[in-house]
Amino acid sequence: MSKRKVKDAHLPVGECITQLQKILRERLCNQQLPEKPEGVGAQHKHLLELLRRTAVHGESNSVLIVGPRGAGKTMLLKSVLRELLEEKEVQKNLLQVQLNGLLQTDDRIALKEITRQLHLENVVGDKVFGSFAENLAFLLEALKKGDRSSSRPVLFVLDEFDLFAHHKNQTLLYNLFDVSQSAQAPIAVVGLTCRLDVLELLEKRYIERVQTQLSLPQDFPDEKFAKDWNESVKALCEDKSVEEVLLRHFNCSRDFRSLHMFLMLCLSRVTVAKPVVKAADVLEAGRLCFADAKADMLHGLSILELCLIIAMKHLNDVYEGEPFNLQMVHNEFKKFLQRKSNSMYNFEQPVVLKAFEHLQQLELIRPVDGSSAKTQREYQLMRLMLDNSQIMEALQKYPQCPTDVKQWAMSAFG
Amino acid sequence: MKYWTRLQVRRVYRWRGRPVGFDRRLKTQEYSALSISVDSVPQVTVISAGQNILIEGEDEDQPYVAKVLKLMGDESGQQKKALVRWFIRASEVPLSKRKLLGRDPHPQEIFYYKGRSCDDEVDAESIIRPVQVLHLDAAAPFPESCDEDTLFVKMSWDSKTFKAVTSDQVDSGSADSAPSHLKPSLPPSPPCSPPAAAPATQGPSCRVLPTPDPAVMRKASCRETWSSRSAMSAGKAGRMEAESLHSASKLSASKCLSAKWTTAARTPGIRKKLNMSSPQKLSVDQDVLDRLLNEELESEGTLAQRLSASPPRAPPPHAPPSRLTPLKTAHSAAIALKPLSVIVNRRTSSDVDSPPSPTRTRPVQTLQEKEPLLSDLPELDGENSPSLPSGAGPRTSKRMSARLVSSRIRKQLNLLENHLDSDSDRDDQDQFVPLRTELQSSSEEDSGDEEDEEAGPPKRRRRGQGGGGPRTPRSRGQTVARTPRKTPNRKATPSTPRTPHRATPSIPCRSLPARRPANILEEARIRLHVSAVPESLPCREAEFQDIYNFVESKIIDGTGGCMYISGVPGTGKTATVHEVMRCLQHAADVDEIPPFTFVEINGMKMTDPHQSYVQILQKLTGQKATPDHAAALLDKKFSSPTPRRETTVLLVDELDLLWTRKQNVMYNLFDWPTRRQARLVVLTIANTMDLPERIMINRVASRLGLTRMSFQPYTFKQLQQIITSRLDKLKALDQDALQLVSRKVAALSGDARRCLDICRRATEICEHAAADPSAPGLVGMSHVMEALNEMFSSAYTTAIRSASVQEQLFLRAVIAEFRRLGLEEATFQQVFVQHQALCRVEGLQPVSVSEGLSVCQRLGACRLLLLEPSRLGILQRVRLNVSQDDVLYALKAD
Repeated sequence: MSKRKVKDAHLPVGECITQLQKILRERLCNQQLPEKPEGVGAQHKHLLELLRRTAVHGESNSVLIVGPRGAGKTMLLKSVLRELLEEKEVQKNLLQVQLNGLLQTDDRIALKEITRQLHLENVVGDKVFGSFAENLAFLLEALKKGDRSSSRPVLFVLDEFDLFAHHKNQTLLYNLFDVSQSAQAPIAVVGLTCRLDVLELLEKRYIERVQTQLSLPQDFPDEKFAKDWNESVKALCEDKSVEEVLLRHFNCSRDFRSLHMFLMLCLSRVTVAKPVVKAADVLEAGRLCFADAKADMLHGLSILELCLIIAMKHLNDVYEGEPFNLQMVHNEFKKFLQRKSNSMYNFEQPVVLKAFEHLQQLELIRPVDGSSAKTQREYQLMRLMLDNSQIMEALQKYPQCPTDVKQWAMSAFG
Repeated sequence: MKYWTRLQVRRVYRWRGRPVGFDRRLKTQEYSALSISVDSVPQVTVISAGQNILIEGEDEDQPYVAKVLKLMGDESGQQKKALVRWFIRASEVPLSKRKLLGRDPHPQEIFYYKGRSCDDEVDAESIIRPVQVLHLDAAAPFPESCDEDTLFVKMSWDSKTFKAVTSDQVDSGSADSAPSHLKPSLPPSPPCSPPAAAPATQGPSCRVLPTPDPAVMRKASCRETWSSRSAMSAGKAGRMEAESLHSASKLSASKCLSAKWTTAARTPGIRKKLNMSSPQKLSVDQDVLDRLLNEELESEGTLAQRLSASPPRAPPPHAPPSRLTPLKTAHSAAIALKPLSVIVNRRTSSDVDSPPSPTRTRPVQTLQEKEPLLSDLPELDGENSPSLPSGAGPRTSKRMSARLVSSRIRKQLNLLENHLDSDSDRDDQDQFVPLRTELQSSSEEDSGDEEDEEAGPPKRRRRGQGGGGPRTPRSRGQTVARTPRKTPNRKATPSTPRTPHRATPSIPCRSLPARRPANILEEARIRLHVSAVPESLPCREAEFQDIYNFVESKIIDGTGGCMYISGVPGTGKTATVHEVMRCLQHAADVDEIPPFTFVEINGMKMTDPHQSYVQILQKLTGQKATPDHAAALLDKKFSSPTPRRETTVLLVDELDLLWTRKQNVMYNLFDWPTRRQARLVVLTIANTMDLPERIMINRVASRLGLTRMSFQPYTFKQLQQIITSRLDKLKALDQDALQLVSRKVAALSGDARRCLDICRRATEICEHAAADPSAPGLVGMSHVMEALNEMFSSAYTTAIRSASVQEQLFLRAVIAEFRRLGLEEATFQQVFVQHQALCRVEGLQPVSVSEGLSVCQRLGACRLLLLEPSRLGILQRVRLNVSQDDVLYALKAD
């Protein structure tokens, strides 16, 4: 007994770290809803009020939640529902139907899914039979029979709402909204979408808060450790450089998900030997996040491939973005070799062709008009998929890059 | 059952005998009889006044039934007319009214027609042949087996209600007009055969249930007729479903018990059940019966058994009518006899093993129906308890003797009766459990049985499931299905599991009642909701009157026509038409205009334009058919001349969606009203005024005609009036605020729905803003302004303002690049150069290309930018989805 108590008081550091990472990962990976969504208080209240009216008073409503990806639309709805379902009256009455535009790709599937989730009487086991027309007629009949005071309200959640709008004739949407506008069974339609051009907007904004995301809950086993951790997080947030990184990230995107990814990177660097997140960790994570994928890819190329890229860059400069083919690139490369009168990079034509194909496979260059089999491979027109800045950056970091190649890349003319 | 019609054989009609009367005014001669002969057959059928006949109708299988009052011909003998009194078949009663009957109609049941809308003069050459019509007392059961030509009348139908009808009434038509000296030359059934006598000779009377509650009995009886039918079609699925609901209410307790039961214990239960339903075992029951009814019955029982051997044909025509009365009264007096009808029906339906009757009616499914059935299960166990008479006796009448003993039985069952009369759910547990503990097992058997059934012969069952069964008939259906005679029927049903088409579409009821509005704003919100049906439609009086006059005149004249109604959304088109229909329906109810049928279809509410045929047919007749078949049936219906037809008013909403390439749906819809016999009025609604000219080909547009009506958008005064009338003196909205809303909406669209929505939102805002939630103030100018801003504010502006710094920079870079190029399109690479430059100007660290791309993709996902597929990388082209001015405005306001 006492032994256990002791253990409770001072868990080994390793275990604490594991616990901590587990809790924070759960939180960051959206498995656990935060107690209270941050910065969307007004919207939360509004939506809650609206849904409650449907559930309690039987008033039909329709809401569209619009916001950029990762803004927390689903989280908002989930937390509203969680709060709503805590009320007993609501819990007993409300029926829920969850649809996703990516899963229910046409009205036929959507109808079956609705019928299944509502457990209407034409559900056999877990399947719905019958034709599309039958199902539609059945569902409409069912909804028509209800009236505002006696039948249970139904909540329709349409995730990826914009995809439903692409269905033929928008039959499902018309009927749902028609039901919500007539004296039939009370329904609430909640659409979630990131497309602003869908209909109207139920405004949706948010303010970023960093601290709350990383603070620990009260019931963490080792209090001392928890205290230390929270202290260090606070200190971390006051650090100038960390703030800079976070601000830069914030400037770039106001997306919860990318922030979570970013913080995950920090978190995974916490080990027994280093039980707190240091400023350096954050900087490193930032560096990883902001790194340019294509420029990194250039580091793995051979000198020949790099030279071809540089030749393409020069061609782009000269011809102002006109497409090129292998022959032109090879000629440009030969010019460079002639100028240097250096036989070090003198490659055979097949070798150059191979390097060229490799670049195409890496999608650093792409053919202009699909892969037309008619033209010979050497003369197929290509475009470079890299920006000049990316090439220059990659050259700076390229391990043991020959100076003459570097100089050739820097030189303004071929 | 096929009747001969003119299509198959040519019939020749001739007057028989001399004219017996002459009407000077109409110049018609009255004849006493008409002979019908078929070309090839020497036999001649003679029709005379007072006889019941079949008349060609829309449905070959279901010809009209009528009684001839008078036969007339003009002097030349060319035209032959008959004055008739109509009977109506159950299938001809409008679908919505059929439930008024309260039970399933018998397939051969007809109703005495008292409506006025039918022409009672028919062409005599449409007469097919005579038919037997028997009058039955309202409470009397239908005779169990009879030939197909016998029809039964119990009730009358006056297009509103069913009423019991006496035999005199049925007769009366002929009494005044039929010449008395005429003897029917064919032996027709007398219009009034001894009604009570027929069932009395057929029904087994000994099995008396202690449940005289007539309502329950009626339900049970219709269940019975149904169940035998469903036994072949009821699917496993339906049963499983039924079980779930079933178990929730009643069997929950017994189910728990049944879990304990071993399969061995179940077997006897099954056997017992078989006892009950299989006819071979009747003798067993007979013992019980005998013990119950003493010796006096025994002798009668055997006699009756002998009687039952002869098929229950229609009784001899010369049966003295005087005998009817005492029997009838006896019948109604004997309470104990009422259950008898149940048994009669049960036997009837299971014995007759005839093809499923053409009118497949829908069983009423309630839990309650089950109860009387459960109550007869215990009876099987109760062999030694005299209070539980059980078993089916011989199928013969012991009516009199039953009546004799009924009082005794009633005494014995006094207790039970009281129980059963009250709540039938409780009593079979309450009352039987104390009697015998075995009882529990019997109800257990019931449930255990069901499980058994499901587990037992699954293969057979799967074959047997047709349209899937409704829930209730399950337990009874099972017992019937087990009797060997049902086996051949099983193959008649389709084999694939399908949607149980008898499933009732409904949303479950809420467990807690909806809360009443608490304050004035909530009340206002309910009234302002679009779904609230206003008492009157202000500002649409002229349109209302036009449509009303149009439809009313067509109904009165019995002609058809088309009308096209157009108007932008939210101008009250559908609401006005519905209002018109409500008023007309009311007028029809008080007999100002002839009755009519209203059918509504909506182009949006169907999956395919051709489904409109299916929906129309289903709403008119309740039939289900494929689109092609339905179109054929409707076409036939509207083109064939029929003596009695109510006008049909068809509302087609969202007409533009019925467009097909060949436009055959629209063509048919507009062509039917032009048929002489159709009596069809078509009202069509669509948004665009010039729809006929735009999408219809000439021959369709021409049939639509020129009766057009256009609903203009509401002006601000009208909108104001609409809201005021909706609120109806409810002081919730400030006058100025109201005017602001209506002016704003009228300037934009004139959409009343939008206007109502804004007002509703304003009340919400007001409620939130109010400090004291119990006493919120009036909705004022500020609340309305806020609601308007929410509704009309551009989503894009909000989105741009809340975008991240880099996203805003990117938008600026896009505009800068557009200005530089002088084009509205640029590649990402070009924009990115501008972006980098802007970053440096703003003092931000330049972003990498990958990050720039992700910024660009996020803007594309919001549709602020239009992008090419992202696999093009930096080469993808970028366009703005908002105007440059909007972007600059949104960015400047920061």
